[in-house]
Amino acid sequence: MSDSNKSQEKLPGRPLVGTFALGFILLLLIVDNAESTPINPFNAPPLVALGSGEAPSGAHCTQP
Amino acid sequence: MSAVLPISARRAGLVLLGMVLVVGSFATAGPRAALLMLVGLGLGLVLEGLRFGFAGPWRVMVTERDGRGLLAQFLAIGLTALVAFPLLATFPEELTGAHAPVGVAMIAFAFVFGAMMQIVMGCGSGTLVNAGSGNLLALVALFGFIAGSFFGTLHLPWWTGLGSLPVYTLQGLFGNGAGLGVTLFGLAGLSTLVYSRSAPEKRRIPRRLWLAAVLIAALALLNLVIAGQSWGVVYGLGLWGAKFAQAAGMDVAASTFWSSSGHAVRLQQSVLTDVTSLTNIGLLAGAFLAMRWKPSPDPQVAALSATSWGLVLLAGVIMGYSARVALGCNVGAFFSGVSTGSLHGWVWFVAAFAGSYAGLQLRPRLMRAAAVSRGMATGGQGS
Repeated sequence: MSDSNKSQEKLPGRPLVGTFALGFILLLLIVDNAESTPINPFNAPPLVALGSGEAPSGAHCTQP
Repeated sequence: MSAVLPISARRAGLVLLGMVLVVGSFATAGPRAALLMLVGLGLGLVLEGLRFGFAGPWRVMVTERDGRGLLAQFLAIGLTALVAFPLLATFPEELTGAHAPVGVAMIAFAFVFGAMMQIVMGCGSGTLVNAGSGNLLALVALFGFIAGSFFGTLHLPWWTGLGSLPVYTLQGLFGNGAGLGVTLFGLAGLSTLVYSRSAPEKRRIPRRLWLAAVLIAALALLNLVIAGQSWGVVYGLGLWGAKFAQAAGMDVAASTFWSSSGHAVRLQQSVLTDVTSLTNIGLLAGAFLAMRWKPSPDPQVAALSATSWGLVLLAGVIMGYSARVALGCNVGAFFSGVSTGSLHGWVWFVAAFAGSYAGLQLRPRLMRAAAVSRGMATGGQGS
């Protein structure tokens, strides 16, 4: 067995790490649910911004 | 899991997982959230499934004179610009581009970001995609990125105060039609430069990347049409960091950044109402689906020394911080900035590419030689 394979055996495989990443998202949603104002389903934005007549209100990394 | 479940059952489960994400978004946050989750899933599937990336192509352009991935990036940006410019001109009340000012800190931190993304082998989107595809190095970097982009928000007003130009767009400078022409001319010029500097056998875009470029452009345009704003990554990660900091007891809302009106709303409301959070979640999940769809997953990265793992985490923090202060990463600043006419997108690219070159020189000195020669080579797509 090559050194590379031996080295990789020490770490969890990709399926497990990927599942852990999804678990982290689940944790985020749980924390978010506890920290945020409940979503009002009757105040959801229109399906698509284009043609909605509304100015975009989302945040973006280009905004200082 | 693969040893127990037949592949057909596993794939059925993956389809179900994708549907749960979309339907769950619809049920909790409405139809737009569901569409944005779909866009994010599509981006993750394309980036991982067709191995379209940002950091990797920048690296191999320098180290192997392989310009194919970089040319595919320019192609995707050009295709997006072709549609985005007319859309933004026709619907200025409903759609907005990724426009930001050029500033001293923006340029400096774009350079730092470029260097760090070669340390962790991934940019903002690449870190999410690689983490979703089970790359342990990327997952560690992602935790750092989230923390760093949150720290960046705390200092952003100070950094931007060092000096910035007004927001310049190519539409504003040259007019809508000419602005698009200048953008396409600039991309063509860069493509010619890359083509001429590439090794002869590494300058023709393969079919896989042609397809990926078209799909990425289509999904980025869908993001613009659905959300009213361009595709971005970093804001969502900083918001996630803010949520965790708030949960830990920090008075995040008292900071200058998070007390300003638009950001305060985002902090108060669920991440499922935040555009970039939705596409980020979809991106990560889409990459997971693409990874598990394969009959057998790619090998994991090789183990690093404890010091090297620590450096990866630190590089992730610096990368997140610098992406926030540089007003975007490869996606928000470069891809979306250039494709919607922002001058800062071009400046960001030059600074980050220079930083990427520096990072490639720095990386072997930071990582243990054994880890560099074995682990990183199998470290995923390096998107």
